[in-house]
Amino acid sequence: MPSEPLLRLGGVSKAFAGVQALREVSVAINRSEIVCFAGENGSGKSTLIKILAGVVTPDDGAIEVDGRVRPAWQPIDAMRAGIQVIYQDFSLFPNLTVAENISFNHELSQRRMLVRWPEVRRTAQRALNKVGVAIRLDALVEQLSVADKQVVAIARALVQGARLIAMDEPTTALTQREVQALFGVVRRLKADGVAVIFVSHKLPEVFAICERIIVLRNGSKVADGPVGAFDIGSLSQHMIGRRLEQHAGARSHDFGAEVLRVEALGRAGQFDDVSFSLRTGEVLGITGLLGSGRTELANALFGLAPADRGAVVVGGRRVRITSPPDAMRLGIGYVPADRLTEGLFLPQSIGRNIVVSNLETVSDAAGILYGARMRALIDEWVRRLHVFTQDADLPASSLSGGNQQRLMLARWLARTPRILILNGPTVGVDVGSKAEIHAIIARLASDGMGVIVISDDIPELLAACDRILVMQSGRVTEQVARSAVDEDSLAARLAG
Amino acid sequence: MSERVASACMAFANWPRRLLSDNLGRLALITALVFAGMSVAQPALFLTRANFSSMAFQFPEFALLGLAVMVSMLTGGIDLSVIGLANLSSMLAVMAMRSLAADPHAPGAAPAIAVGIAALLGAGALGGLLNGLAIAAIGIPPILATLGTGLIFTGIAVVLSDGAAVLGFPDAISVLGNGALLGVPAPVLVFAALAAALAFLLNWTSFGLRVYLLGTNALAARFAGINNFRITLGAYLISGLLAAVAGLIIAVRANSAKADYGASYLLLSILISVLGGINPYGGFGKVSGLVLAVLSLQFLSSGLNLLQVSNFAVDMTWGALLLLVMVINTGGLRRPFGARVVRLIERRKR
Amino acid sequence: MQRILARNETLVSLILLAFCAVTAWIEPSFLSVAALFDLFRNSIVPAMFAVGVLLVLASGGIDVSFTAIAAFAMYVGTKAMIAFGMGDSILVAFLVAGAIGLVLGLINGFFIATLGLPTLIVTLGTLSVFRGFLLTFVGTQLITAVPTGMRAFSRTMLIRFTAADGTIVSLPIAFLLLVIAVALTWLLLNRTMLGRSIYALGGAPESALRVGVNVVGVQYFVYAYVGVLSSIAGIVHASLARVANPFDLVGLELSVIAAVVLGGARLSGGHGTILGTLLGVALIVVINNSLIVLGIPTTWQNVVTGSLILFGTGVPALRTRFAALRAG
Repeated sequence: MPSEPLLRLGGVSKAFAGVQALREVSVAINRSEIVCFAGENGSGKSTLIKILAGVVTPDDGAIEVDGRVRPAWQPIDAMRAGIQVIYQDFSLFPNLTVAENISFNHELSQRRMLVRWPEVRRTAQRALNKVGVAIRLDALVEQLSVADKQVVAIARALVQGARLIAMDEPTTALTQREVQALFGVVRRLKADGVAVIFVSHKLPEVFAICERIIVLRNGSKVADGPVGAFDIGSLSQHMIGRRLEQHAGARSHDFGAEVLRVEALGRAGQFDDVSFSLRTGEVLGITGLLGSGRTELANALFGLAPADRGAVVVGGRRVRITSPPDAMRLGIGYVPADRLTEGLFLPQSIGRNIVVSNLETVSDAAGILYGARMRALIDEWVRRLHVFTQDADLPASSLSGGNQQRLMLARWLARTPRILILNGPTVGVDVGSKAEIHAIIARLASDGMGVIVISDDIPELLAACDRILVMQSGRVTEQVARSAVDEDSLAARLAG
Repeated sequence: MSERVASACMAFANWPRRLLSDNLGRLALITALVFAGMSVAQPALFLTRANFSSMAFQFPEFALLGLAVMVSMLTGGIDLSVIGLANLSSMLAVMAMRSLAADPHAPGAAPAIAVGIAALLGAGALGGLLNGLAIAAIGIPPILATLGTGLIFTGIAVVLSDGAAVLGFPDAISVLGNGALLGVPAPVLVFAALAAALAFLLNWTSFGLRVYLLGTNALAARFAGINNFRITLGAYLISGLLAAVAGLIIAVRANSAKADYGASYLLLSILISVLGGINPYGGFGKVSGLVLAVLSLQFLSSGLNLLQVSNFAVDMTWGALLLLVMVINTGGLRRPFGARVVRLIERRKR
Repeated sequence: MQRILARNETLVSLILLAFCAVTAWIEPSFLSVAALFDLFRNSIVPAMFAVGVLLVLASGGIDVSFTAIAAFAMYVGTKAMIAFGMGDSILVAFLVAGAIGLVLGLINGFFIATLGLPTLIVTLGTLSVFRGFLLTFVGTQLITAVPTGMRAFSRTMLIRFTAADGTIVSLPIAFLLLVIAVALTWLLLNRTMLGRSIYALGGAPESALRVGVNVVGVQYFVYAYVGVLSSIAGIVHASLARVANPFDLVGLELSVIAAVVLGGARLSGGHGTILGTLLGVALIVVINNSLIVLGIPTTWQNVVTGSLILFGTGVPALRTRFAALRAG
C-alpha cells in the first residue's frame, strides 16, 4: 500500500478580483479516505474543490498527484487521474435514461461512432452494483428523485475510474433516510478504494461520516485532524471563529398578541395536521430535512401552493390564502430559499428588485408610477439595510450573495409586514453578512414583527429563534423552546 | 482638482465609445448612417418631399405590427398571429361598416364607421385574449400557440371572404389611410399616438414594470406577488389591439380587406423588434428603439427602391441587417435562464 | 401501460385514427387503396423536411430557413444542370443540390455554433437572405422544362398495379428515398454517439459542455444535415411537380415544425422520435387530404390546421399543468 497521499495541494492561494479566496492552503488526501471539507460560505471550500478538479488555476502553490508535481492542471488531467467532482446540479441529462447517463462519458471517450447498447447497460449495471443501489436502467433521469439522481452521478464517476470523488454539499436536497443511504454508498466507495471528499457545513453529518476533518475559514486552513479530535462545539468554533453562546440574545422584550395561528393545516402529499401559533415580537424557527414539509408549509402560508385543509388565522380573523397577493394583503412577506431563481430578477436593476413588491406605495390609483416616490423608497431601503452598492441602477447580479440577500430583505421590509417568513435566510452568505442578518431579524422582532425562520442550520436556529418547530415527513414532531435545547440535542432531534 | 478636470475631459472625449456601447446610441447611429447613405446614393430622388411623404405613409403599417410583436416579446414570448389577426379584424370592420352603410359614397357614414371601429377593436381584443389564454391558462409555448391561432385567424378571414378582397369602406374613413393633418400623414399620427401611449404604459405604470419583470424571470415574478396570468393576458390583449389597428391602416390604404395582406410583414415585425433592441428572451426593450429600427428599415427600403432594387433584394438586405445587428449585439444578448444563472454564479464566486 | 398512454405518439395516433375513421365513414372512397397511395405520395416531401427538422429540435434549436434552402438548392441546381448540360442523371441533381444545401446549412451553423446566436432569429435572417438572394440574383422564372434526369425520376415507379376497382395505383421511387432518409436518421439518432450527443445537447446544454461533447461540431452537423436533406427534398418536389418554381416551398416551414412538435418533439430540445415525427406528418397530410375528400372547401384548411396545432399542443400542456398542480 503506497504511503504517499493520492493528492496533495501545497500552499495554494487564489484571488478573484481583489478578494483573496484561498490563502496558502495545504491539504493532503490519502487513498480510500473519507475527508470532510468543513466551512461556512465564503470559506474557500468551493474554490479548493475547483482547483483540485483543474477548473481553476491557483495563483500560487503546487498540485501533486501520486507524488508527482503537476504544473498545468486542467479538467481533462483531473479526469484522467481519476479525480471527479459531483456538483449540486449533477450535470446529468434529464431526457436520457439512467443507463445512458452513467455510461455517456465513457462511451464518448471511447471515440467510437456506434453505440453498443448491451455494453452500455452492462457498464451501468456494474457501476450501480458497486454503489449498492438499485435503480431501473431504463428510467429517464428526469423522473428520478434527487437522491437517485445523485446515485446516478456517483455511478457515472465510478465508470470513469474515479479514485477520488468530491461531493459538494450532497445532502442539501435529501431526506433523512436518503442521507443515511448516501452514507452507506460513501462507505462502500471507501471499501472499494475510492477516496471521498465530503464538502458540508452541516455538523451532525460531518461527524457521522467523515474520518478526517479539514476546516477552512476566510480562505485559510484553520484545522486538520481526525474526527475524534473535534466535537460539535470546537468544530463550530473553528468554522465561525468564535464559540457559540449557549443562550444567544436573551430577549429583551415581551411577546405581544397572537398574530398568526395555524390549525391542523395540510396539503395532500406535502404536509398534514400542522398547528402552531406566532405572537408579535416572536421568532419561530421551523426545521427539518428535505421532505419534512417545511418549505411546503411556507409556500402554503404565502399562497403559492395553498393548503387544502385546516385553518389559518391572521390577526384574529380566519383567512383563506390562495395566492401571493392574498398573503401580501394580509401583511405576510416571504423571502424564498433560492434567491437566484425564485427571488431576484438578476439582470434588472437593484431598484426594480426592491420596488417590485411595493408598487402600490409608489403609484397612484390608476397604476401610474411616481419617479420621485420610487427613488425615495429605493434610497431609503438600500441605506437602511446596508445594501452595498454605488448605484441602485446597477443590476442585482452585480451584488455579492450577502448583499443580494439584503436586497431581498429590503424588498419585503419596505412593506412593513406583520409576519415575515424567511426560508434559509443565510444560505450562500458570508459570515459577516450572516451575523448582520441575524441582527436584523432580532431587531425586527423587537420592533413587533412576527418572524418565521426556516432553516436547517443549527447554530442559526439557536442564535435567532425563540421557539423551534421540528418537522418530519410532513408533520410537526415537536416544539421546543430555545432555552430547552442545545446544539447536540437539536441535532439529535433533526436526525430523528 | 486637476484629477477631476482630467476625468471630466476623458468622459467628454469618450463620447464616441459611450455612444457605441449603448444599444440605443448604436441604433441612432445606424439610422443616421442609413439615411445618409441613401441620400448620397440618390440625392435627387431620396431627399424630396414626395419621397418623405411616401415613406411617411408606408412605415406606420409595419411599425404598428412591430409594436404588437414587441409587447409579446417583452413577456418572453412571441406573437406570430399578428398578421392574421390584423387581416381578420379589418375584414370584420369593413363588413360591419358595409352592413350599416351599403353605399360607400353616401354621406353620413359616421355611425357605420363607429360600429366598424368597435368591431375592429373587439376582434383584436378577442384574438389577443385567445392568445393569452392559450399561453397563460393552458400553457402552450407562445411560438406554437400563436402559430395555431394565426392560422385560425387567417383561416376565418379566408372563409368569410372566400379568398377575395372585401370592399365597402365608406369614403370618409379613407382619410385615415391617405389624409394628413398639418402636413403630417394620418397613419403617422395614429402610430405616434399609440407608440407614445405604449411607451408611457411600459415605462410609467405598474403594469409595464410587471411586464418587464415577468419577462425576466417568471418564477421570481410569482414569488414577488405578480399575477403572471393577468399580466400575460394583458400583454397579448394589447398586442391584439395593436394588430387590429395595424390591420385597419393596411386595409384602408388598400381600400379593401383581404385575408393575405402583409404576408411578408411577419418577418419584418420580428426584425424590427430585434433590431430595435427588444431582447427575444424577454425583459428588455424600449419603444424608442423600435421607432429607430422602423425608420432605419423604411429609409433602407425606400432608398433601395429608388435605386431600382427589387423587393426581393430588399428582403435579402433586411435579413442581412438582422444578422449583422445580432452579431454586433452579441455581448448584450442574454441566454436562457439556466445558462445565465450558471455564468453569474461562476462570476460571483470568484 | 400508463407510460404508453402518456406518450405523445399515442395521442397523435389516436387523433389520426379518429380523423381517418370519421372521413371514411362519411366518404368510404377515402379508404381505397388509391387514396392510401395518394397519401404516401403527398407525404414524401414534407416527411423529408420533417426528419431533418427533428434533428434540429432534438438539439434544442429551431430552423425556419430549411424551406428557403430547399428552394435555393432546387432552383440553382436545376438551372446549373440545364446550363452545363448535365441534366441526364438524377444523381447529379441530388449531388449538386445536396452540395448547395450543405453550404447553406453550414452558414447557419456558423452563426449558431461559432457565434452562439439564438437559433430562431438567425434562421429568420438566413431565410430572408437565401430567398432574397435567389429571387434577386438567380432568377424568378419558372422552369417548366426540367432536366430529363428529373423527369425520368418522377416517372419511375416503385410500385405500380391496378386496383380492384380498375384504377391504376402507383408510388414513385422517390418514396424509397424517403425510406432511406428515415432509416439513416433513425440509425443516426439511436445507434451513434453523434446522435446521442444531439439529444444530450438538447436536454442539458451545460452538462453536455462539461462532459466534453463537441457542442460546436454537433451543431454544425445538425444544420448541415437538415440543409442537405431539405435540398434533396427540394429536388424531389421539383421532379414530382415537373416544374422548378423558385417561389415554391417557402411558407411550409411552420407547418412542418408544427408536425414535428405534434409528434412529440419539444421546442426546448432533447425529445422527439422518428416515429412521432412520421405520425405528425401523416396527420397533417391526412387532414389536408381528407378535407378535399369530404368536400370541405380548402378555405377551411387553415382553420383546421390551426385548431389541430392548438389541440395537439394544448392537451399535453394541460396534462403537464395538472400533474404539476397535483405535485404542488
